[in-house]
Amino acid sequence: MALHKLSLCDLQKKFTAGEVTAVEIVRAYALRIGQVESKVKAYVTQIKDAALQHAAELDTRLKGWRKTRPLTGMPLAIKDNLCTESVPTTCASRMLQQFIPPYDATVVAKLREQDYILLGKTNLDEFAMGSSTEHSAFGPSRNPWNLHCVPGGSSGGSAAAVAADECVAALGSDTGGSIRQPAAFCGVVGLKPTYGRVSRYGLVAFASSLDQVGPITKDVPDAAMLLGAIAGHDPMDSTSANLPVPDYTKALRKKDLKKLTVGVPEEFFTEGLDSEVEQAVRAAIEELKNLGGMIKEIHLPRTDAAVAVYYVIATAEASSNLARYDGVKFGLRAKETKDLLDLYMKTRQEGFGPEVKRRIMLGTYALSSGYYDAYYGKAQAVRTLICQDFRAAFNEVDLIVTPVTPTPAFRLGEKSEDPLQMYLSDIYTISINLAGLPAISVPCGFSKAGLPIGMQLIGRAFEEETLLRAAHAYEQSTQWHVKKPVVR
Amino acid sequence: MKVTLQDVEQVAKLARLEVSPAEKEAFAKQLSQILTHVETLKQYDTTGIEPTATVLGRVNVFREDIVQPSLPVEKALANAPEREADGFAVPKIIEER
Repeated sequence: MALHKLSLCDLQKKFTAGEVTAVEIVRAYALRIGQVESKVKAYVTQIKDAALQHAAELDTRLKGWRKTRPLTGMPLAIKDNLCTESVPTTCASRMLQQFIPPYDATVVAKLREQDYILLGKTNLDEFAMGSSTEHSAFGPSRNPWNLHCVPGGSSGGSAAAVAADECVAALGSDTGGSIRQPAAFCGVVGLKPTYGRVSRYGLVAFASSLDQVGPITKDVPDAAMLLGAIAGHDPMDSTSANLPVPDYTKALRKKDLKKLTVGVPEEFFTEGLDSEVEQAVRAAIEELKNLGGMIKEIHLPRTDAAVAVYYVIATAEASSNLARYDGVKFGLRAKETKDLLDLYMKTRQEGFGPEVKRRIMLGTYALSSGYYDAYYGKAQAVRTLICQDFRAAFNEVDLIVTPVTPTPAFRLGEKSEDPLQMYLSDIYTISINLAGLPAISVPCGFSKAGLPIGMQLIGRAFEEETLLRAAHAYEQSTQWHVKKPVVR
Repeated sequence: MKVTLQDVEQVAKLARLEVSPAEKEAFAKQLSQILTHVETLKQYDTTGIEPTATVLGRVNVFREDIVQPSLPVEKALANAPEREADGFAVPKIIEER
């Protein structure tokens, strides 16, 4: 099999066994990227030469000594809102077009310690604000299954790169579904860890109480391996949990759902859910039952509130986080300004795209005097209710299963003129961020038009092992993940 | 919620954003639409409900007050749009008398 088609686990086995060198791996990926990238447009920055050089050094250093770490020599893509020392990190924004980080994000530093190979930085909606990558200042990425469709977002570049075999695995970030939704649209696996499981240091902040970094991979064992590499406490992120990191790969040994109760929340299967998506997810639930899971109907009554709560809290936090882009210390600075205030105003006007401005405006509005209680205060209180719903549900069940998205991938331009419609398409993913829970998106079928459909499994906080075990059992029994797109 | 052009101007000023007349129109319309949706939250009774700012429930994380390595000056200034000696240069802030 061609190297670029292999999963992370399989490629790693081959590399450790000495059957293939790091240079051969990088060359295979460079070739693949050369074939499809002009169509998919997954990358913002490619660093082929540096990757080859790194691979050559690695091969020399490892000669005759193949006892490597899991990510050694593995060619990864990183979402372009994660800082990579001396490699540009643009957040797909004009504001940071020239920005070269002076340090690595903690997750990147952890991969570097293992001698992973960085192939490039992937496209996203500007500052991770969006569900389609259409808000990238450098143009949208395409869905490898149908180039007229969006790959989802905001980690659309990462998901498209994994689906099109332009990297072996990738990192994304998820504030309201930005890992899971593009994973579902592109037919790959995406895991949003529990809030606090993975360090956010060096992740360019969007909404700090919601953001998490996580893996986007070709299958579930790959997600387990990559999560294990990036998880853990970090003194540089005071919200990272000081808990031991389990061996996630071990969690895959149980290949069934015996003794697990799986909740099906009625509120996720209502009006607005596409019938093909519903059928695929219902069939997946049947399969979870065949695998030994106990299926139980549950309720998450405040699900309808999630979009409104999210778009107040996330934009409020964003308006504060993005105040740092003032043209003073790094990033764009507008020319010919008459004083400091003018410098701020013009820099921010020139540097931010329409969606980022819209969210800054919304967040500033929600936090402004006279509206704070009615919007921000109210949203925070309803967030508590949403958390309570999940807590009550997890007293009865071990896992919750839902669709990831109401529809398969939509077409480019279909929703870009209507922000509220775009926001409402995040309905099934955002409540999980509000509650800080872990969730995984796994392929569970295809639409008649040949577009992938995803199933979402949600778990209790810090119980990624249960998620991975169930997702893996399902993946093993169905094999949806094996199908690959023909990019054309 | 009807957001007026004046509201947009006021919020833009708070957010330090210069907005064009076309943007003003668009934001007034879009923010009105989104905030109308947000107002559906009124149907949820939140009397006596504590707001959630973070799901972790932790408040402060302390460390020993010991000097640790930090970003060297040259690295910190490497991305500066404009610098002067060891600092970031900005337009004059204080008027001369």
